[in-house]
Amino acid sequence: MRELLQPEPRLRDFQMSDANKPSTPTLPATEKFPTKRAPSPQEKSWEQNTLAPVLQKNPERQAQFTTISGHPIRRLYTEADLTDWNAGTQLGFPGEPPYTRGIHSTMHRGRLWTMRQFAGFGAAEDTNQRFRYLLSQGQTGLSTAFDLPTLMGYDSDHALSEGEVGKCGVAISSLADMEVLFDQIPLANVTTSMTINSPAAVIWAMYLAVAEKQGADWKKISGTLQNDILKEYIAQKEYIYPPEPSMRLVIDTFEFAVKQTPKFNPISVSGYHIREAGSTAIQELAFTLRDGMEYIEYALRRGMNLDELGPQLSFFFNAHSDFFEEIAKYRAARRIWHKAMIERYGSKNPRTWALRFHTQTAGCSLTAQQPYNNVVRTALQALSAVLGGTQSLHTNSLDEAWALPTEFAATIALRTQQIIAHETGVTSTVDPLGGSYFVEALTNEVESGAWDYIRKIDSMGGMVAAIERSYPQREIAEASYRYQMELDKKEKLMVGVNDFVSEERPLDILQIDETVTHRQAARLNKLRADRSQEAVTRTLAALRKAAQSQENLMPSICAAVKAYATLGEICEALRQVFGSYEEVAIT
Amino acid sequence: MPQKRIRVLIAKPGLDGHDRGAKIIARALRDAGMEVIYTGLRQTPEMIASAAVQEDVDVIGLSILSGAHNTICPQLMNLLKEKGMDDVTVLVGGIIPGADIPALKQAGIAEIFLPGTSTQDIVEFINKKHAA
Repeated sequence: MRELLQPEPRLRDFQMSDANKPSTPTLPATEKFPTKRAPSPQEKSWEQNTLAPVLQKNPERQAQFTTISGHPIRRLYTEADLTDWNAGTQLGFPGEPPYTRGIHSTMHRGRLWTMRQFAGFGAAEDTNQRFRYLLSQGQTGLSTAFDLPTLMGYDSDHALSEGEVGKCGVAISSLADMEVLFDQIPLANVTTSMTINSPAAVIWAMYLAVAEKQGADWKKISGTLQNDILKEYIAQKEYIYPPEPSMRLVIDTFEFAVKQTPKFNPISVSGYHIREAGSTAIQELAFTLRDGMEYIEYALRRGMNLDELGPQLSFFFNAHSDFFEEIAKYRAARRIWHKAMIERYGSKNPRTWALRFHTQTAGCSLTAQQPYNNVVRTALQALSAVLGGTQSLHTNSLDEAWALPTEFAATIALRTQQIIAHETGVTSTVDPLGGSYFVEALTNEVESGAWDYIRKIDSMGGMVAAIERSYPQREIAEASYRYQMELDKKEKLMVGVNDFVSEERPLDILQIDETVTHRQAARLNKLRADRSQEAVTRTLAALRKAAQSQENLMPSICAAVKAYATLGEICEALRQVFGSYEEVAIT
Repeated sequence: MPQKRIRVLIAKPGLDGHDRGAKIIARALRDAGMEVIYTGLRQTPEMIASAAVQEDVDVIGLSILSGAHNTICPQLMNLLKEKGMDDVTVLVGGIIPGADIPALKQAGIAEIFLPGTSTQDIVEFINKKHAA
């Protein structure tokens, strides 16, 4: 059914900007050197006798060295940078609080991170083929990319889906599509991550229905639902409903997961997208962890037990280009989470304290120019994630500044992980950088900066309140503009783009054929003809009724999904009860 | 007589919510002395064309990363023609495969700016196009 569209502009979204005052982007206070530092007499002697003469003759290449986030980096780190640091309390041992060195005692010696490549395009059968190819090439977990209509809760034949079907991910409009997506893939034996947010509960219900049909035991199946609506308001902007009903839906999935699918992560609290939107590393860390705490607080208000829920929460970080800043970020993440779980929430379960995360290399760092350079970027970023102790990893493909990955490019990306795992030796020891003056000092600084942001958001009344004031959105807009100005002025370089430019050669990229739209439209017509309209009407009515009450919505969503109500129909039913959300745009 | 400021509409057509680039360009153009209106997300071609008329803009900048450009751009160009906005400069930024660029220019898109473009290049292009 095609909806009539109102072609009126939403005037309240418009801003008449003040062209009289050019803006200067500001650097946050978190990107300044900590003040306390007491060099030893030997260090002072080095500065005066060895360093000073060199600087006299050969000044350094830059006046200041900063990370890509703008965080200052010293010439040399020594024990003077760790005067307040105590290895016992701040470093500890892997698998024990505060988890700085990793959440497992053997880390990658015991088990390599899951090689989980994000994939999805076209129709379900196209992605099913890519899934099976990647598994055959040695990846160890599935990760599903959905197209924009699916992400926004529209069926492939909705008016707003025109031109978008299958372009950014796989088109899934119903349980029937989901069944094709996992054809010949036993969900009992393979773990799947699904990058879906506003319609996450619906897609999850479809996945669970497929698992049930396959005879897989819900108590044993494992995987992850991204389902992190807070970061949608902050960064990715794939929201449908307003914050309160959206949080209600998320907590419904938590309740369902704790009872029905104890091995499944109903959420992947994400910083990846926050970073892609242009935040600093510290902002990425702080906003992500504070989002995690917001979800916990909503769950506690619902009467959930943190120590039952905690082990099923998972996280998702970016692996950006500044090698050591990223490693410090992951280590700080674990330490902050442990501290927060114990001090803020009185958690008693070590499995709640131990932060588990997936990492993806930074999409925003990939260049359209000289795309083969991206293989190098991805490899170095992946290495930082491994050294930072990630549990799961996706490596980007060389062509992703142009299109979704070809099979050729996706294979190199997977091989990148395999080479790191099996040829570099970095997995032979746990937390190889532990004890480094630099890495420990930077970990401290990143942690401290993140706590500043966390406390600031606390003082605003929490993350939903902060979002309503556009606080994280403004911080991100500022940081992204600052970085762009640095690139434009060549204060920061991007090889092949603002320096080391060379003649470009055309690249073979993935084409999504336009027949996907037609295939989907035909499929949907058949679905509507074959299913019981009575069952669809009944289950959708029951869903709307449940949405108006305090009932957990997962059972009604599962019922509608099994009656082959489409994604669009289910999301629309919820839209009728919850309303839609429109943001105040911040530039 | 003071020079009239160039009026620019920055728009996010289609379902895509990735607005980092659009917001940066909006701010850079504002800093360069232009009057900038940002439509916000999820605009249909009809909404963009109506806004362009209403705001009487000189330039429209579309940000498209979703692969929907071959659908969106011709639709918008037709609507602009219907509304008599033929002289508006329409620019596109985002993820546009090289193979699609000739057809977009044929449809009337003045220029396509790929990832890695500096804000100065865009400012210069617009200033040159709309020099007094």
